[in-house]
Amino acid sequence: MTDLTKLTAVEIATGIKSGDFSAVAVTKAHLDRISRIDSKINAFLHVDTEGALSQAKLVDEKRDAGKALGDLAGVPVAVKDIFTQKGVPTTAGSKILEGWIPPYDSTVVSRMKQADMVLLGKVNMDEFAMGSSTENSGYGPTRNPWDLDRIPGGSSGGSSAAVAGFMSSLAVGTDTGGSIRQPAAVTGTVGVKPTYGGVSRYGMIALASSLDQAGPFARTVLDAALLHKVMGGHDHHDSTSISAPVPPIVEAAKSLDLKGMKIGVVKELSGEGYQAGVLSLFQDSVAILKDLGAQIVEVSCPSFEYALAAYYLIQPSECSSNLARFDGMRYGMRVAEGNAGVEEVMSATRAAGFGAEVKRRIMIGTYALSSGYYDAYYGSAQKVRTLIAQDYAKAFQKADVLISPTSPVTAFKIGEKTNDPMAMYLNDICTIPVNLAGIGGMSLPIGLDPADSLPVGLQVMSPVMQDDRMYRVGGALEAALLNHWGAPLLDRAQQL
Amino acid sequence: MSNLSRAELENLAKLARINLTDEELTIFGSQLGLILDSVAKVQEVVNDSIVPMSHALPMTNVFRPDVVGQSLSNSEALAAAPSTQDHRFKVPRILDEE
Repeated sequence: MTDLTKLTAVEIATGIKSGDFSAVAVTKAHLDRISRIDSKINAFLHVDTEGALSQAKLVDEKRDAGKALGDLAGVPVAVKDIFTQKGVPTTAGSKILEGWIPPYDSTVVSRMKQADMVLLGKVNMDEFAMGSSTENSGYGPTRNPWDLDRIPGGSSGGSSAAVAGFMSSLAVGTDTGGSIRQPAAVTGTVGVKPTYGGVSRYGMIALASSLDQAGPFARTVLDAALLHKVMGGHDHHDSTSISAPVPPIVEAAKSLDLKGMKIGVVKELSGEGYQAGVLSLFQDSVAILKDLGAQIVEVSCPSFEYALAAYYLIQPSECSSNLARFDGMRYGMRVAEGNAGVEEVMSATRAAGFGAEVKRRIMIGTYALSSGYYDAYYGSAQKVRTLIAQDYAKAFQKADVLISPTSPVTAFKIGEKTNDPMAMYLNDICTIPVNLAGIGGMSLPIGLDPADSLPVGLQVMSPVMQDDRMYRVGGALEAALLNHWGAPLLDRAQQL
Repeated sequence: MSNLSRAELENLAKLARINLTDEELTIFGSQLGLILDSVAKVQEVVNDSIVPMSHALPMTNVFRPDVVGQSLSNSEALAAAPSTQDHRFKVPRILDEE
């Protein structure tokens, strides 16, 4: 019998439509796997067994009645716990929201429901999406299915682990500085950060509003494109949502044709600090892209040297402002009742409800925005943002897309970097410039580092609202690699 | 090294409305100093001629048609409140006791 958890999203949707198996059977297979292995991984914070099964039943009834089904009808998806889902607990990985039941659906959630997808439950993340390892969750770390002693990346580590561990066919995550692409890279999955404004932020708990963007996780580039298409498009609930159709990403993922395409290798995103295996696999992929007919050019983005510094001012600044809403008054935790005044209650609630990294970033943001420091810190960071956008604009005059490694290193050990915030921040060095400029970025697996047998990712970057270009490159590279490997990379992960 | 003084840290914590323990103040003192030293690097490249960029999209005001849509009922809006009274949020006292 076919193991339904091993199928791609396309195979699942096709099989349900043609009657090879039911949506209920697909859902049950995934719920069974979650109950069997997730005690080892800790990807799920909440499994919505009843909701998932009743949605699957509806899909089967629709099919039996001969009604039209969406492209991903009956396909299971895991939802990062940062998206509100009506009636389902949502914590953003924080104790301050423990037990909160949102009264409304985020746009991403409602669109997936409308597309007949099956929402399996909410998955783990670094608290309020601050981190690169999922160790900052208030509910314990998530483990990497490739090696249970290692991190699954972050902040969307529950999403990457659920997909890499075959507990869900697809997942949604959010990416503020790399939080989809880096977890995808270290788990051998595909992760995409769409152009800023490409997917609605409505109902997505805000970290840094000018950088946050939702996107898909999948095991193939085409599956990612199909989910991206379901999630994306204009939404009047989000004033920063782009009022243009989603670019032709599904067609691009299927195109497999790179002839005449110019691909730029970013000079600054390599060298010191990059693992040898990451760099050599990256070079192998560059050679493959050249063989596929692409023209490879080198581009220079000198301001990227300052991207990390700018990001760790802008992001904490916006975070310190956004997280002011967690005040213990209208929802979530409230401590120090009795006769305490409102400010004492707020300060005690936030002390009890927030973890160390959240407190640290709120403090940095408060400092950077305070009078006397504003121009020197936040103001300068915004100017660096301009320089980075200009670097990209120049680079995209020479090339249709840009490529780099996704992460300088493979998955590190749990606990290895928890006491050194600056070392942790360096994980995002390749992904951060993309968020600052608002362009699109994808990570796809390109092999295992021979030194540690762990997955390595390659990042493809495309200009604003040209997301189809990264899918075109990703799809073609994926097909060539699959041909070379003979089987998907994830087949080489340990059996769980 | 711009290590933050105890007084600076305590003031920041007050502005951020987070009570910090003695232990947290000690750890954050050195960590925040290191982080701020590192991010101060942005000052090396900027000058007065660079226009700051606050957002990736060149959008200004975005409006939708002024029509009444759906919203939460009173009971839905209050359902997650830590404390309510008379169909309203109940909050701690906001003024000092006389």
